[in-house]
Amino acid sequence: MSDDADLRAINVLDGDEAGPGELMSGLPHSREIGMRLHRSVDGRALLSVPYDRRLIGDPETGVLHGGVITALLDTACGSAVMSHPIPLKAVATLDLRIDYMRPASVEQTVFARAECYRLTRSIAFARAVAFHDEPDDPIASAAGAFMIERREDKP
Amino acid sequence: MSVEDLRSEAKRDEALAALSGAVPYNQLIGVRFDRLGDELTARLPFQNTLVGNPFLPAIHGGVTGAFLEITAITQLAWDRAWAILERGGDDAEAVLRGQFPPIPKTIDITIDYLRSGRPRDTFARARVQKAGRRVAHVHVEAWQDARDRPIANLRGNFLMPPSVAAATG
Repeated sequence: MSDDADLRAINVLDGDEAGPGELMSGLPHSREIGMRLHRSVDGRALLSVPYDRRLIGDPETGVLHGGVITALLDTACGSAVMSHPIPLKAVATLDLRIDYMRPASVEQTVFARAECYRLTRSIAFARAVAFHDEPDDPIASAAGAFMIERREDKP
Repeated sequence: MSVEDLRSEAKRDEALAALSGAVPYNQLIGVRFDRLGDELTARLPFQNTLVGNPFLPAIHGGVTGAFLEITAITQLAWDRAWAILERGGDDAEAVLRGQFPPIPKTIDITIDYLRSGRPRDTFARARVQKAGRRVAHVHVEAWQDARDRPIANLRGNFLMPPSVAAATG
């Protein structure tokens, strides 16, 4: 990542991480798990899911289910793709690879920062990282390919 | 508890329901498991809260991914519980009381989305390709109306916690 790109990525977080964002009420499942969109602009997005006991995956530890992280990272990548400067009509996940580095901490909000780093005529490539406080101390990372429909494309 | 009780199909179904039902997130999205012998089929009954794109409408890709992951983890956890039930003894009785070995932890997963998930029930089956002592490798396939038209599949590696048998001797 170039210095310039790095700076822009950090700026996506500045002042937004603590901000409440908006509940993603247009997407029923995202609304169901309390997913919030803090910002999506210029091919990058910041989303979060607050801790919720309904989302626990391991009743012994109270840690969130991996599926919640999957949904968050998938939506974060999709939001980053949709916010690309080239106008798009639709995005659909083609594949998604997720590495789980450590369990999410109990009672803490999980953030996801995503970036669409390449767009071809019909495919977008995006990556994302899930974290609590610092993207450098990740809970999980994701990389995916997404089918896109450009706005000028014939239906 | 008698050997007959330990081997009874009804008891095993109860244990499986307890294993899956103990996880709040499984209940939130409504995953259930059907069992024939040691083979599990996961079932995700459609509900509106699973929708990602309300215009198509289509099931949220994250939900499909979560469903595949739940299927893999539950199959691995059930294989362990099954082995304990087959051995019998105190550990088997503990499993029938709902005390299971620790849940396997996801290391990495790759999900391929083949078709969009329509607003109807989804099914999935896992095949454990390798059950290592520390790591298990699992393939999962999800489908809706037609078994030979999968909507998504998953490959994943999972960290296996030390088993009860290993921990107790």
